[in-house]
Amino acid sequence: MAGIIPLTMPKFGLAMTEGKIASWTVPEGARIETGQEIADIETTKITNGYESPVKGILRRRVAAEQQDLPVGALIAVVADASVPDSDIDAFIAAFEAEFATGHTGEQAETAPEPLTLDVGGRAIRYLETGREHAGTPIVLIHGFGGDLNNWMFTQPVLAADRRTIALDLPGHGGSSKDVGAGDLTTLSRAVTGLLAALDIPKAHLVGHSLGGAVALRMALDTPNRVASLSLIAPASFGEEIDGGFIAGFIEASRRKQMQPVLEKLFKDKSLVSRDMADDLLKYKRLDGVAAALGTIAATNFANGRQQEILSGRLTELRGLPVQIVWGDADEILPVAHAANLPAGIATHILPDSGHMPQMEKAAEVNRLIADLVATADARFQPT
Amino acid sequence: MQMNRADLLHAYRTMRTIREFEERLHLEFATGEIPGFVHLYAGEEASAVGVCMHLTDRDKIASTHRGHGHCIAKGVEVQGMMSEIYGRKDGVCGGKGGSMHIADLSKGMLGANGIVGGGPPLICGAALTAKTLKTGGVAVAFYGDGASNQGTTLESLNLASIWKLPAIFVCEDNGYAESTASSYSVGGSQAKRAEGFGIPCQEVDGFDFFAVHEAARVAIERARNGGGPSMLHVRLARYFGHFEGDATTYRAPGEVERIRNEQDCLRRFRQQVSDAALLDSGELDVVDREAAEAVELSVRGAKAGAPPTEADLLTDVYVAY
Amino acid sequence: MSKKSYRTAINEALRQEMRRDPAVILMGEDIAGGAGAPGEQDAWGGVLGVTKGLVGEFGRERVLDTPLSESAYIGAAAGAAATGLRPVAELMFVDFVGVCFDQIFNQAAKFRYMFGGNARTPLVIRAMYGAGFRAASQHSQCLYPLFTHIPGLKVVLPSSAYEAKGLLIQSIRDDDPVIFLENKVQYDEEEDVPDEAYTIPFGEANLTREGRDVTIVAFGRMVKIANEAADRLLKQGISCTVLDPRTVSPLDTGTILDCVQETGRLVIVDEASPRCNMATDVSALVAQEAFGALKAPIRMVCPPHVPVPFAPNLEDLYVPNADRVEAAVRAVMGFKARELA
Repeated sequence: MAGIIPLTMPKFGLAMTEGKIASWTVPEGARIETGQEIADIETTKITNGYESPVKGILRRRVAAEQQDLPVGALIAVVADASVPDSDIDAFIAAFEAEFATGHTGEQAETAPEPLTLDVGGRAIRYLETGREHAGTPIVLIHGFGGDLNNWMFTQPVLAADRRTIALDLPGHGGSSKDVGAGDLTTLSRAVTGLLAALDIPKAHLVGHSLGGAVALRMALDTPNRVASLSLIAPASFGEEIDGGFIAGFIEASRRKQMQPVLEKLFKDKSLVSRDMADDLLKYKRLDGVAAALGTIAATNFANGRQQEILSGRLTELRGLPVQIVWGDADEILPVAHAANLPAGIATHILPDSGHMPQMEKAAEVNRLIADLVATADARFQPT
Repeated sequence: MQMNRADLLHAYRTMRTIREFEERLHLEFATGEIPGFVHLYAGEEASAVGVCMHLTDRDKIASTHRGHGHCIAKGVEVQGMMSEIYGRKDGVCGGKGGSMHIADLSKGMLGANGIVGGGPPLICGAALTAKTLKTGGVAVAFYGDGASNQGTTLESLNLASIWKLPAIFVCEDNGYAESTASSYSVGGSQAKRAEGFGIPCQEVDGFDFFAVHEAARVAIERARNGGGPSMLHVRLARYFGHFEGDATTYRAPGEVERIRNEQDCLRRFRQQVSDAALLDSGELDVVDREAAEAVELSVRGAKAGAPPTEADLLTDVYVAY
Repeated sequence: MSKKSYRTAINEALRQEMRRDPAVILMGEDIAGGAGAPGEQDAWGGVLGVTKGLVGEFGRERVLDTPLSESAYIGAAAGAAATGLRPVAELMFVDFVGVCFDQIFNQAAKFRYMFGGNARTPLVIRAMYGAGFRAASQHSQCLYPLFTHIPGLKVVLPSSAYEAKGLLIQSIRDDDPVIFLENKVQYDEEEDVPDEAYTIPFGEANLTREGRDVTIVAFGRMVKIANEAADRLLKQGISCTVLDPRTVSPLDTGTILDCVQETGRLVIVDEASPRCNMATDVSALVAQEAFGALKAPIRMVCPPHVPVPFAPNLEDLYVPNADRVEAAVRAVMGFKARELA
């Protein structure tokens, strides 16, 4: 049945096994564009706008609102107006029959799993997707207390046409909890080391918050390894930081304490789910995490001030495509840090976003990253 | 085995201190100033001292309700003990344990014990620690003829035997479990019980310090050298009741008097060292005086000591809760 | 992180702590199995295979098969704990505590207090509890109220695989005697459990569901049953908080009271015999400290006051289930004050 395109329940992050359409935002029969948000999808972890990966006519909304569906289940069908309804019905029936007969198991097996490599004596966990694509890979570096799941809305989109690697910094996620001095140099060397181990000579770096500072540190130290820099609410752009967030994150041992801390990360506080808080508490209970976070905080954010300011050195990155992305309602690192940067650095202030624009404004952030990557590649590609 | 003068003096001083301590408690208890109840060790001194002379702080002992002698022999401070018995805050257990629970883990003294037969399993554990961590230490369970009938004791003999633990079981048989004679309550014999578990047992005259000392030396050396557990069956007598206030009507008229006069371990020790010209009675008299003074001081200190405060009621239950 | 069973989670906790700390030893009946026998060593790995494979890595010096002699080896574990080891002694079925209660409650539990704060007894006693195994009256009891009654003991009831690993590692590192009770019908239940070592602090309740209408406090395996009932009730418009205390000593009384203040209704699900159990304990707490918040009488969902029966149909009647929890929640929701008259 040519011309009929199934839309399926996406997988946001490693742990997602099912989700539901919180609400459809487009009626049946509407013409939709690639990248257009057509529904809100809710998981136990977070709710996010779902962008259509294709264009065409939304012929059928298969999933009912509030219906729990496994990842990979059919949620909608896109086809031209010329396709008869009977074909659509037959397609849906065939898809669902196949899905019901163990197709799910196959899907789970093919879902990418994070791997671990030894990098200078530390285990570094990373998730690699889009390996089949050529071109300079994209590397995603999370912030303080985060992990590779922070890119759950970023990585799948970028990996559609680009090798994309998200990693856990030392002290975070599934990586070794040994952070050494916990400074930017130590952290950025872990990234450099991972890329060397993966035989990646050069990468587009996307860094968020502390990960932004790590990416910038890496670009300053090993400029030949960096193809472009997308820095999202990066640290090291000024002294101010919400020290209460850092202390609160380290302190919290119960969901009740963690929830208000996490709410500072988002403009839309309702995005903080029980599972998000639970996952972070589970992470914090791992041996070595308390010490690792304490060391990183003490080294980088002593007395509620950022210690290593690198934004003044952006001018040293001659010719490197750099962009800064910041949510206008960031409560952790002030958006004012995005002002007064050297000329030639594109700055994007996103409205209605807190400290996590890659989650709150995923579509825009994804487009900005893709655009800069394309620009950078074009500039360095011999034509 | 020949003992040097210093050791002989130490042995005598320790036995005399125990005797003074217990006889003084006998008097003080009658005044009603000491709470609860006490079980006195007077008469049995040669056993505790003869065994503990071979031990250092890394070696562990577990004691019984009749534990003062074992505590003193293992090096627990007399003042701390006396204050504890008076329920004082500066007692060795802060006034929370009392006579039946005096312990000083820093001295390897794992506690007197209010539960008859409580000690032997603990000693298996202490011996297991020594064996696992290779400390070179040994562990000694003191227990009475009453406890010899507890399942815990018999199970511990078995466990020590199969695990070849560096443990010594010292059965202090004073002839009475409370008011019941061991001739009535103990079936078979201690030695045959030990033999049944594959453990060597030495019958020891508990009125003879030197006999205890030598038997203990053999058993402890064997344990230290990886030879496994031993039992000492030490026959002795207590001079007072099961507890203070026990009228001991179950004992034969004149029984204690006769033992005190004819078999007393301290008297015998003096005789032995004098006969062998090892110590003269003058220096032993000095020890007697000093021991009496030390106990006198401890009683004065204990009487003057403050009780625990209200806040102490709630502390020391857990390391953290 | 991967799916692991309750059994594997416990095994992994033991293995990781034994690797980390040479003072950690295991002892118990058949925890390796085959000691002195001509056949396979590690023949059993515990009666239900929880300690399987550990003797291979750590040897019989640290994985000690004991004789069937609970008084001796539980007492030995207490003595070893007081003198420098961190023993994890397995009592197999908690019902066997009858032959070693003295070593637990008169010895290990009291050392610290009796000795004026000068003792540390880092002892863990692991045992299986609970009905549903067709094991009848002497192999099916809960008994955690007995241990909870004793000052000096800590009592842990892991409700799932994730909880079991983190709470067991915490128990082993804890410097006080801990009774760690494993529900024998949960050993094959799986969930995501981190590969790394982690600890869950004692005395911090976990809210497995959060709701507005009714607080359900549930213990051990009953947490799962309470969750099931809460999920069903939510579909019918009744939203419940399910509170898993994780440890019954210490007990997170603060969170229990907070939840009751928020919902005003309380149902307690306890598999232990109904007299002087955790349900009565929590009821007394709430009656004394949060009486004014209650909109309905407290309901306790417990077994009847009888020994655990053998016949499967009787045992199924005995153990609380989601239907009974659901009914209790409906009852407190439907309560009208005039019914008191």
